Amino acid sequence: MFEQIAFYLFSVLTIGLFLITVFSKNVLYAMTSLASGMVLIAGFFFLVGADFLGVVQLIVYVGAVMALYAFGMMFFNVTKDLKEKTTSNIWVMIIGVTVALLMTLMFGGAINPDAIYASLPINSSMTNPQAVGMALFTKYLVPFEVAAIMLLIAMIGGIVLAGKKMDKSLTDAEDEKIQPKDVK
Amino acid sequence: MDALMIGTIIKILIILAIVSAIAGFGTYIERKVLAFMQRRLGPMHVGPYGLLQIVADGIKLFTKEDIIPQNANKFIFSLAPTITAATAFIAMAALPLFPTFTIPDSLPLIGGAIVPSIVADINIGILFILGVMASGLYGPLLAGMAQANKWGIIGSARTAVQFLSYEVVTGLSVLAPIMLVGSLSLIDFNDAQTGGIGSWLIWQQPVAFILFLIAGFAETNRTPFDLLEHEAEIISGYVTEYSGLRWGMFFIGEYTNMVTISIIAAVVFCGGYNDLWFISGWLLFILKVVFFFFLMLWVRAAWPHVRPDQMMWLCWKVLMPLAVVNILITGIVVML
Repeated sequence: MFEQIAFYLFSVLTIGLFLITVFSKNVLYAMTSLASGMVLIAGFFFLVGADFLGVVQLIVYVGAVMALYAFGMMFFNVTKDLKEKTTSNIWVMIIGVTVALLMTLMFGGAINPDAIYASLPINSSMTNPQAVGMALFTKYLVPFEVAAIMLLIAMIGGIVLAGKKMDKSLTDAEDEKIQPKDVK
Repeated sequence: MDALMIGTIIKILIILAIVSAIAGFGTYIERKVLAFMQRRLGPMHVGPYGLLQIVADGIKLFTKEDIIPQNANKFIFSLAPTITAATAFIAMAALPLFPTFTIPDSLPLIGGAIVPSIVADINIGILFILGVMASGLYGPLLAGMAQANKWGIIGSARTAVQFLSYEVVTGLSVLAPIMLVGSLSLIDFNDAQTGGIGSWLIWQQPVAFILFLIAGFAETNRTPFDLLEHEAEIISGYVTEYSGLRWGMFFIGEYTNMVTISIIAAVVFCGGYNDLWFISGWLLFILKVVFFFFLMLWVRAAWPHVRPDQMMWLCWKVLMPLAVVNILITGIVVML
């Protein structure tokens, strides 16, 4: 009984929070509801017994959304509502139709429950992290390694792009070198 | 309702009450220890040796006017302290706080029951605690962003920087002991160190222990790394606009996190709650936790603050490579 109550509670909260993320004009509300939604999704993993994945969801998304907050802080005044630029109606229509199509496909799968099955069913003889490790390092070894290399490339790219002047300390430099004074 | 659930609820209430009281008492201890180290007397006037100072501070906090600044985002502003306090206590759910004990038979109704002193022994305990403590940093972040105050914004920017810096070190430093024990449950960590002082993981993993302590200090905003509310630079950082009970909730969260980090350090690296010679486990466990708590106050008295860029330099260029090398060496040793 508790599982069902928790499931419906988490469902309502998650959907509500993500709706706020999409519809809110306030950056602070949008990002906060995104973060809490991501934390609540971890609750679903705990409910089905996938503790390890739940904690990974928690740790990964807490950090990821925190980085998003940092950008939000730099780009917007978070205490005021944001005026969104009206984009072309054609794009709104294209995106709307695509989302509707995707939703239809996703819910269409649930009509035929036989079509949904676990390719790697839960093995009760192994603990959670062991099961995840077995899946990652046997069946999905190649995608796992490819993803690792892609992340490494992205990281090196980020460092190369951002770190051009990293050998010079901005703290020690004279003010005028960073920001030339206006000529009066 | 079955016995397990009632027992869990009782345990939750006891932990909430005791740890909140410790958080209040911690402020007194901190002031006294700092005063002793700086050759002062500390709080002396209220009650014997200033002991009733806690009560006076409590009354002051409860009765102060709760101010919400004019341009602040009121909802997020009120929500932020709750996040800090709540996550600090949620993290305690997976912590062993005491050895497993049996209630004496002489008590009616519950006599003879075996009580494991952990609210939920989930098999990924330590990751859960670190994850929940990490999400507790949303409290300072949101508080700083919602209060329409420039010091607050700087405080929350520093929160993001600090979080992204230390979190990598915490995870990597704990990974090496996890590889040695082969489990993520804190009960298993304790059971792996039953063989006296020689079997403590601190001897096998001294580097990981020091890295974890440093990252733990950053995680609880203790002094060498308390960039978020560094009073000499940014007034009070994220708590600049807070008053009364909301400010008190940040405080309770911080002290609870200090207790949590002390308990993790005691269980993972220093033998947990196992008996040693003639000293029983629970006493030794409390002594260890108290020692780590004292260490945090000692460091506060002994070390100056660091700048944000120094902390990023320390975390990314010194501690993280050390942690990775430590994991590599541990991996090679485990493989052999």
